[in-house]
Amino acid sequence: MLRLERWEAPPWVKVLIPLTAVAVTLILVAGLVLLSGAGLAETYYFFFLKPLSSRTSLIEVLVKSTPLLLTGAGVAFAFYAGYWNIGAEGQLYAGAVAAAWLGVVLKGLPAVAVIPLILLGAALAGGLWALPPAWLKTRLGVDEVVTTLLLNSVMLFFVSALLNGPWRDPVTSWPQSPTLLETAQFPRILARSRLHLGFLVALAALVFFWWITGRSSFGLKMRAVGQGKEAARFMGVHVDAVVFKVALISGAIAGLAGAGEVSGIHYHLIEAISPGYGYSGIVVATLGSLHPLGVGLAGAFLGLIATGSQTASRALSVPTYLGDVIQAALLLTTLAMLLLRRYRIRWGRMVETP
Amino acid sequence: MNQALIATIIVLLAATLRVSTPLLFAALGETLSERAGVLNLGIEGTMFLGAMAGFVTAYWTGSLWLGVAGAVLAGILAGLLMGLLTVILGVDQHVSGIGVTLLTGGLALYLFRLLFGEQRVPPQIEPFPQLSLGNALGLLTPLFEQYSLTYLGLLLVPLLWWLLNRTNFGLNVRAVGENPEAADVAGVNVFRTRLIALALGGGLMALGGAFLSLAQLGAFTFGIIAGRGWVAIALVIFGNWSPWKVLAGALLFGGFQALQLRLQAAGFQLPYQALLALPYLVTIAALALAGRNANYPAALLKPYRREA
Repeated sequence: MLRLERWEAPPWVKVLIPLTAVAVTLILVAGLVLLSGAGLAETYYFFFLKPLSSRTSLIEVLVKSTPLLLTGAGVAFAFYAGYWNIGAEGQLYAGAVAAAWLGVVLKGLPAVAVIPLILLGAALAGGLWALPPAWLKTRLGVDEVVTTLLLNSVMLFFVSALLNGPWRDPVTSWPQSPTLLETAQFPRILARSRLHLGFLVALAALVFFWWITGRSSFGLKMRAVGQGKEAARFMGVHVDAVVFKVALISGAIAGLAGAGEVSGIHYHLIEAISPGYGYSGIVVATLGSLHPLGVGLAGAFLGLIATGSQTASRALSVPTYLGDVIQAALLLTTLAMLLLRRYRIRWGRMVETP
Repeated sequence: MNQALIATIIVLLAATLRVSTPLLFAALGETLSERAGVLNLGIEGTMFLGAMAGFVTAYWTGSLWLGVAGAVLAGILAGLLMGLLTVILGVDQHVSGIGVTLLTGGLALYLFRLLFGEQRVPPQIEPFPQLSLGNALGLLTPLFEQYSLTYLGLLLVPLLWWLLNRTNFGLNVRAVGENPEAADVAGVNVFRTRLIALALGGGLMALGGAFLSLAQLGAFTFGIIAGRGWVAIALVIFGNWSPWKVLAGALLFGGFQALQLRLQAAGFQLPYQALLALPYLVTIAALALAGRNANYPAALLKPYRREA
């Protein structure tokens, strides 16, 4: 019979896991694709290959992956330390609110001053919004999963109140904030494209993540807390302080995603600025095995899916929601496959242990 | 007190019961899952899928009760998927749950779009009627003119309490939620018990979603659940994993919502989003007060493996 055996997977298995997960996902989702009446090969072609075939669409993949890389890095940062921040969506909106506000009020300053202030403000807003759950967790032992989730809803109500109240654009009277000053709009980093400064910020966040987790003593503490709070405490790690800092940084990175969408894409705040990037960040973090390089690749891959779902929808009238299904199925298959890092499947008789 | 005021209060209480119903179903389902040791964050998506499956089934068959059955079936499947991940494979419950929410949510949107295409006006069905009592109970009449599903929800509270506290199955559920190793030694099938709890729990969550599409709206809209699943998660902690206290929490939350709707209708000069957000903040405050005293099932979040 089949049985599981504990083992420490060699590196090639760890690399193979996400790749196999992608293959398994595509097989599992095949039935749904066929249900739409579109051919399997052509759907997957439009999903995964067509976006890579032209400069414009390739850049669009990077544009779409920008917020995903940031929320992915933010979530991975928290998960790495065993802090279950499910609130990246709300933290993203907190950052977006800060960017939309600073981008309007910082009049008379040059762009070189305004843009760093926007980044700083958005990071601060995202970080601050992530703090109450960390405080409740460390001081009162309240589960952070529930509080971070609930604060997402609260932030969305807050944004809705702003946009339908004091921030309603006086010009268009749409529920959107006034258009940003030109000095507050992120520069494009490639000609004839929408790719903006936010993409570089995302790469910087990944490098920062790599540096902290791989090269700093704080990274060691995070790892210790992630592997077990009691043991970490025993080793002399100030667990509560680590949790606080992790929440702050995780929220700050997610907040930057909001700044990117406001100052790099829309130039104003709207309610639908994120179609769930905060939750997709959990997919990116898991698919990327909480490793900076993995998060980078996973973020790019989800950007590809997001672009591909639109390409496929236009060409074949497959609903774009197929992209959401693939993304979620990918998370679950990856999660299941990750078991193979700790267990291997053996074919043989059950061994009696004394 | 004058009669008009009493009438207003009665209407408000009646609305409270209505608004609480989907939360009650979902929170009872979550209670069952968590008592067996599994935090099911798939709740939000399961409710959404239930709302969709219920609507589509009712639309096709013309029977609202078949719609209810369709929703429950979809919820059971979603619960079993959660079980496959967290019970059989034993992977992380937080991430699995979010994954199940994303998957069932995406699936519901995808299938609904395939079935109905892009329509400016969402397809409608004739929803469940509220019971009509004429004037049988005088001033109190509106309080009892509820949807039959609301009565079902209220009935489920003592039923779940009885199931958990007075039956063998309930004993097993509590045992695997508190100490699966001991339960296993005592001959309880930990895996099967948890799977059944998750399946039934998922069915209840989906029923909560179906209440919205089949009774309250008579339609399926993309924002139909709007975070109610997350609220239900909080209600379970707030209610200390006891069906009766969960009911109390659901009514409290529903009361807030009903009051907010009422004030909004009366043209109250406060941004209504503040009132919408208030219950969430109250819940967080309640969680903070419960704090370390919260009686989490001891084996919650812990996968069970029979190590060789």
